[in-house]
Amino acid sequence: MFPSAKSEQDKSVMMNTIAPVWDGNETWLVMAGGGLFAVFPLAYAVIMPALYMPIILMLLALIFRGVAFEYRWRTVRWKPVWDFSFFAGSVIAAFTQGISLGALVQGIEVSNRAYAGGWWDWLTPFSLFTGCAVVIGYGLLGSTWLIMKTEGELQTRMRGYAKWLGIATLGFIGVVSIATPFQDPAYFHRWFALPGSVFSVLVPALLALCTWLLFKGLKHDKEAQPFLASLGLFVLSFIGILISFYPNIVPPSLTIAEAAAPDSSLKFALMGTIVLVPLILIYTAYAYWVFRGKVRPEDGYH
Amino acid sequence: MFENFTAETLARIQFAFTISFHIIFPVFSIGLASFLAVLNGMWLKTHDETYLFLFNYWKKIFAVAFGMGVVSGIVMSYQFGTNWSVFSDKTGPVLGPLMAYEVLSAFFLEAGFLGIALFGRERVGNKLHMFAVSMVAFGTLMSATWILSVNSWMQTPAGYSINEVGQFVPEDWWQIVFNPSFPYRLVHMVVAAFLTTALVVGAVGALHLLRRKADVAARRMFSMAMGMLIIAAPLQILVGDFHGLNTLEHQPAKVMAMEGHYDSHPEGAPLILFGIPNPEEKRIDYAIQIPKMSSLILKHDLNAPLAGLDTIADEDEPPVAIVFWSFRIMISLGFAMLGLAIWSFWRRMRGKLYDDDWLKRAAIVMGPMGFVAVLAGWVTTEVGRQPFTVYGLLRTSDSLAPIAAPAVAVSLIAFIIVYFFVFGAGTYYILRLMNKLPTTSGVDMNDGPIRTAEKQIIETIHVEHKSDDQGEDRGILIIIYLGHHYHIRRTMLCHFRWL
Repeated sequence: MFPSAKSEQDKSVMMNTIAPVWDGNETWLVMAGGGLFAVFPLAYAVIMPALYMPIILMLLALIFRGVAFEYRWRTVRWKPVWDFSFFAGSVIAAFTQGISLGALVQGIEVSNRAYAGGWWDWLTPFSLFTGCAVVIGYGLLGSTWLIMKTEGELQTRMRGYAKWLGIATLGFIGVVSIATPFQDPAYFHRWFALPGSVFSVLVPALLALCTWLLFKGLKHDKEAQPFLASLGLFVLSFIGILISFYPNIVPPSLTIAEAAAPDSSLKFALMGTIVLVPLILIYTAYAYWVFRGKVRPEDGYH
Repeated sequence: MFENFTAETLARIQFAFTISFHIIFPVFSIGLASFLAVLNGMWLKTHDETYLFLFNYWKKIFAVAFGMGVVSGIVMSYQFGTNWSVFSDKTGPVLGPLMAYEVLSAFFLEAGFLGIALFGRERVGNKLHMFAVSMVAFGTLMSATWILSVNSWMQTPAGYSINEVGQFVPEDWWQIVFNPSFPYRLVHMVVAAFLTTALVVGAVGALHLLRRKADVAARRMFSMAMGMLIIAAPLQILVGDFHGLNTLEHQPAKVMAMEGHYDSHPEGAPLILFGIPNPEEKRIDYAIQIPKMSSLILKHDLNAPLAGLDTIADEDEPPVAIVFWSFRIMISLGFAMLGLAIWSFWRRMRGKLYDDDWLKRAAIVMGPMGFVAVLAGWVTTEVGRQPFTVYGLLRTSDSLAPIAAPAVAVSLIAFIIVYFFVFGAGTYYILRLMNKLPTTSGVDMNDGPIRTAEKQIIETIHVEHKSDDQGEDRGILIIIYLGHHYHIRRTMLCHFRWL
């Protein structure tokens, strides 16, 4: 949403809505890498080489995005450079995450505990499509987040964008949902035979509920509801992917059980998770609580 | 430019390049986070505004360095998989949970409280803010603990068995975490972080002292940094010695390469100070050496026999020349740091810490040397354990991901361009922040006539405001600094609004 800012002040406000928490958010991405390595080392060892190009691109994009938070305040002449690097880095990171997801859905060739494909296998029309889907979906999250965190003219404009991004996101979810069962006969089976078909009813029903909440929230000028409803759309989409995959972790052939680390590793990791994750959630929630409410132009330490 | 390299060489260059850049930032932020916690604590305890001023000054530098550390760190957490997937599959059951603990117990802690530490003083009050600052510092130390446990396990593996598909399977977590080289490496590295940060802070203080000798904030920085140095520099040499003895016990080939001992010495080995390693002939050319000294250092006995690389199979030898040189760079810098520490201590004892311009110049020259020493030290230990990733058990050449060489070449070039561009810019911004000390121009606020002080500060703001893009910011810092001079503050605020 960053290029939609009409003034320097808009840009600063948009930036400051996430400046205190971006680092914590990005830590979940580190957790995704580290967690996969810990719990499913084989899946980690297969997925990463298979998605080599999109993953490396994502990492480079995240570098540009991450440093922009500090750099843009440290210079006048180069501020536009870092503003652009923030925008482009964010879009490319989203796009490559979508591509990775799409490529994973299409399946990764595994033989002898290793990736057995080439270094362009990830590039297909389907994965490019899911790439676009994630960019638009993140745009929806961004605009609804800004509705929650800003006020006045900026907020009004975001309401306008959110409506169209909402419609586009739903369109993408629809097309990907219809296309996914045809990527692999097994997916089709999981969705349209019991017990999977229970979810085939439940997930779309919940999607419809979130959609209704999103647009109702936008119409009635609700502050937080559009953002929470958009988050709901994302959660449901991921549940949908999990249902397609189960019991595999890397389709079409690597199962969760095969990829899992030995019990002694899992037990040790589980102990820490049980103790630490609730703590993390508590202090992350606290950090969000400290910086709750609208962000105003005069905030920030810069 | 990389046409003739194998995929393995390229992947190794890429890993070395990305981790060398990465290590710079955590080293600095580990030291700086603790320094910030001390500054904030001292401000709350003494209400001396110089501490608050320094906290706000170094806070910004910390934020930039920390940001660079985070983004270059994310790369590391994925690169094990992208380029070293066989290693990841085999060691994941042991190393994965340690890395997960690092993220859970350290990264989240740092990141979660960083926002409050940077932006939140007004919102949460002094006590909770202090708690947040401490948690950031604690998080950086926890992170160092876990990642050094991981690295140490790769150097001195323990507490594992190997299953039917060739994975290392954890048997005893206590032995894994507290593997034989871990305590030594951890202490050596944390002291290195404090030492490196002290050198940087000292150099910045010295720079501003050369410009304005009476500057209160610059004096405080310089004094604190030199104080840290006199504790940390001798301690580091001692810790390094213990670490070396531990390496001799568990990775003798590495010590042989460090020492340049191609041949065994049954009757006391010489300490080779300098020389040119000649790998073809397997000897050190033009060696300047002290007889039997190496045996004395390593075995505490002049005549103790020391085995050389002739006892190690050729295919298990580390590249001697790199290790030999990097070790000497680290050691010389370590003693240079000790020299600076003693010099400043002697000046302090004479009550002339701020008067010796050559001491200040030396401190400036030594400013970046901590980073050089850290890099040299890591090169020594990492190249020294080659050709293995898991020492003695898994070869580097067997750890590689099935990625075609062109793909790695492309990513390597991309990393090089992006890192130099992005981290070059960041380093430039940090240096620019360090170069400017928006401070009191040395007027002693408690004694001097208020009108003079007032005038001087307002002039400062005028000058700063015109001369750079952060004048506004500086004005605020000066106001904070003068917080207790109520009427100055009032005049200041009026002027400030006018500006």
